[in-house]
Amino acid sequence: MRFMSMVKFSETQLAPPPKAFLEAMDGLIKESAEAGCVMVEAGGLFPTANGARVRLSGGKVTVMDGPFTEAKEVVGGYAIFDVRSKDAMIECTTRFMELHRKHLPGWEGEAEIRQVAGPGEKMCDQAREMHAAEI
Amino acid sequence: MTATDTHRAIEAVFRIEQAKLIGGLMRMVRDVGTAEELAQDALVAALEQWPNSGIPDNPGAWLMTAAKHKAIDRFRRDKLAECKEGELGYALEVEQETAQPDLDAALDDQVGDDLLRLIFIACHPVLSPEAQAALTLRLLGGLTTAEIARAFLLPEATIQQRIVRAKRTLGEKRVPFEAPRGAELEERLVSVLSVIYLIFNEGYAATAGDDWMRPQLCEEALRLGRILAELARDVPEVHGLVALMEIQMSRFAARAGPSGEPVLLLDQNRSRWDQLLIRRGLAALARAETLSAASGRNPHPYVLQAAIAACHARARVAEETDWARIVGLYGSLGEIAPSPVVELNRAVALAMLFGPEAGLNLVDALAGQPELATYHLLPSVRGELLRQLGRLDEARAEFERAAALTQNERERKLLLDRAESCASSSP
Repeated sequence: MRFMSMVKFSETQLAPPPKAFLEAMDGLIKESAEAGCVMVEAGGLFPTANGARVRLSGGKVTVMDGPFTEAKEVVGGYAIFDVRSKDAMIECTTRFMELHRKHLPGWEGEAEIRQVAGPGEKMCDQAREMHAAEI
Repeated sequence: MTATDTHRAIEAVFRIEQAKLIGGLMRMVRDVGTAEELAQDALVAALEQWPNSGIPDNPGAWLMTAAKHKAIDRFRRDKLAECKEGELGYALEVEQETAQPDLDAALDDQVGDDLLRLIFIACHPVLSPEAQAALTLRLLGGLTTAEIARAFLLPEATIQQRIVRAKRTLGEKRVPFEAPRGAELEERLVSVLSVIYLIFNEGYAATAGDDWMRPQLCEEALRLGRILAELARDVPEVHGLVALMEIQMSRFAARAGPSGEPVLLLDQNRSRWDQLLIRRGLAALARAETLSAASGRNPHPYVLQAAIAACHARARVAEETDWARIVGLYGSLGEIAPSPVVELNRAVALAMLFGPEAGLNLVDALAGQPELATYHLLPSVRGELLRQLGRLDEARAEFERAAALTQNERERKLLLDRAESCASSSP
């Protein structure tokens, strides 16, 4: 099953991360994959100053340009993992947070973990599609 | 956290660490059964201690240390009971290793190697393919015997026995815990890949049962393939198999209609294909093709099969399918791995490219093949081509023959419906 992790933190913490942190991150991604928690997609987000909010409310669509100064923490990155269970996702995310603790002293933030309801997630095993029928 | 939450968290940690743990222990005890028991002992210790102490910062290292202490206890006990020369050697090795302060650092570098060796031992050719699959799911996938039994629709006792026997065979044949090299590596890798694909197909082909464990088999196989791709980064066929599984898996949700009836590839709703898996599959294929070209050898059948699957994945609608390329790829596949099933596939691709007559000529040439005598897709394909040519009576007979041959109830119904529609529209 697939989970998305949305990492939220204050935009004041947006310093370029040290090399050691990035290296440790690469190591952890590989190690997680070997342990069956595969990162299938990930990305960091540019500051909210580069973004905008498009909102429908009261029958009206409004556009508000960033930065979103009123929010204490904003989504700064995301990752999608393929894991066996929610518990595995929690454990995996905990390890990524431990890495932040070790390499980015004082960093604070939160990873919200949500199961993805994509096309592959609601799976039905009743069909049989033999290889020859595939073409 | 409640006690149940803690237990679940501990079990999740254990599942993540288990294969690494068994791999690391194998280097000391050289016996799969013993390594697994020691890992279980470590889990018991964690379940006793972590609810009070909390989950340690480095749970993997904690479990490894706990397992080693259990190993030492065991060896001391064995030494007293019966002093075997070889085991004494291992016991000393264990004590020495445990005494080294920087063991964990050394271990980290070896984790990948240990996992690879563990995969090779679980898929060792002294074991039957069924035993290889069960042992791989047990040791690498961390599935319980009950889960494996459920997935394969077999009694738990059968799987249990299969695993016990497999472990015994590995011990009796003194299969070494090492990754093969050179020419042997290639040969053994073939066996590993075929075990992974066997597990995948067992879940994908779902000939019986509506159980949720069967898609799980596909997921486990894909997971194992992705792990292997991390460990054997330069082997084209590994990436080829991963690409094939990613792309096939991308269609999982679209393969069945609302009441579970199979939906053929060309009729599938492509918006239900999983684009993330397709993207990963195409990336893995590109890697496989680059490595293949660099090796200067023919591409492996998995790479060609993945390339065929990719032709479908790239087409946004069925009409955009590059049939000419598919015909060519089936031709290459037939050259390196000749099989009447591949020829049947090529016939369908030819029909799509040049019309039903071209396909029918090849299908008719295949009709005498003994391997296809009970293969329901031969009459099914022939029926479809005859239908397109307007030869409805013959088409109907072929669909009925196919229906009698299939093992799958839903497919049988589908085929009988098609036979019926030929009858009702015939003049």
